[in-house]
Amino acid sequence: MFLIIDLAMSSPMTSSASWQLFWAFLRVGLLGFGGGPAMIPLVRAEVVTRHHWLTDEEFADVLAIGNTLPGPIATKMPGYIGYRVNGISGCIATVVAIILPMIVAMIVMLGIFSRYRDVGWIRGMGQAVVPVVMIMMAQLTWDFFDKSKASLGWLVSIVMAITSGGLIYWLGVHPGWVIGAILLAALLRPKSNKKAEKSA
Amino acid sequence: MIYWELFLAFFIPNIIGYGGGPAIIPLIETEVVGRYGWMTAQTFAETLALGNALPSPIATKMAGYIGYEVAGIGGAFVAVAATVIPTLLLMLGALGLLYRHRNSPRVKRMSQWVRPVIAMMMGWLTLGFLLESVNSSGMMHTLIIGVIAGIALIRFKTHPAFVVVGALVYGGLFLG
Repeated sequence: MFLIIDLAMSSPMTSSASWQLFWAFLRVGLLGFGGGPAMIPLVRAEVVTRHHWLTDEEFADVLAIGNTLPGPIATKMPGYIGYRVNGISGCIATVVAIILPMIVAMIVMLGIFSRYRDVGWIRGMGQAVVPVVMIMMAQLTWDFFDKSKASLGWLVSIVMAITSGGLIYWLGVHPGWVIGAILLAALLRPKSNKKAEKSA
Repeated sequence: MIYWELFLAFFIPNIIGYGGGPAIIPLIETEVVGRYGWMTAQTFAETLALGNALPSPIATKMAGYIGYEVAGIGGAFVAVAATVIPTLLLMLGALGLLYRHRNSPRVKRMSQWVRPVIAMMMGWLTLGFLLESVNSSGMMHTLIIGVIAGIALIRFKTHPAFVVVGALVYGGLFLG
């Protein structure tokens, strides 16, 4: 894989910065498993170590800024870095490189799969992956709860989880309202907050 | 209007979901399976399984595929745009402001306080997958696959792609 991409990098087309960005983030996209947060070290390897587009400190700042915003980190960071290196075309190059190949792969593979869904053993394959995603989701649940426990303490975490769960699943409040209210409270509450100081 | 609904279904999860792509999954499930009914829990699980077996960010893979399923190429474009563009524009546009506040306790608090809610929703989704699987494959197969997948993923840190392929083989042979 590296060989193919390295060959491509030495072709004359790659002289422009956007192509360099494209190849760098194509590698990140193809080698990064486990969702955006797991890909950050790969982004760093390309951006800081290999291409020197950012220093270590700048990279840490960009990551910190990315984390102040919601949404996937693996498109915010590359998009920003692409923009910084080569403007709008750099931004488009990085985002397209990191997301497009696997979106196409998803559409093609699931398209083929759903065409033969009526065949018994194909349907069986689909059923068998449900317990696997259940385990993966359980892992994520644990991971998020664990981080929450580390910053808020287990009591606050559990109370917040149960309260929000009751609102969302029992009373049928849209999660957007619940999370929106929490974000507003976090933003508006005075700074002298014990919890925030402890973790800052 | 289907494009507007698709936009909202992906815009809302991405504008409130702190914690990167994985945090957005239960929020997307709420919209796609719960609110709009574009997918069943089973097809959502299949999409997520393939998404976890392939590299690159999970939020955009889900958006691209679900958008395509609902409204073709245009739908894929709308869903991916709603996922990527708003927060990226915020980052580019408000960089100075965000830079000043990147270490502010208030900003840190925002992502910290959202976490228990996301954890709760992830737990709920886990339960949903359990019920779905027991319902379609039965308790025994669910238990066998779940335990083996759990040991492989957690104890031996097996690559998710291999675990998904293993489950596909099991399902092809013993289910359906």
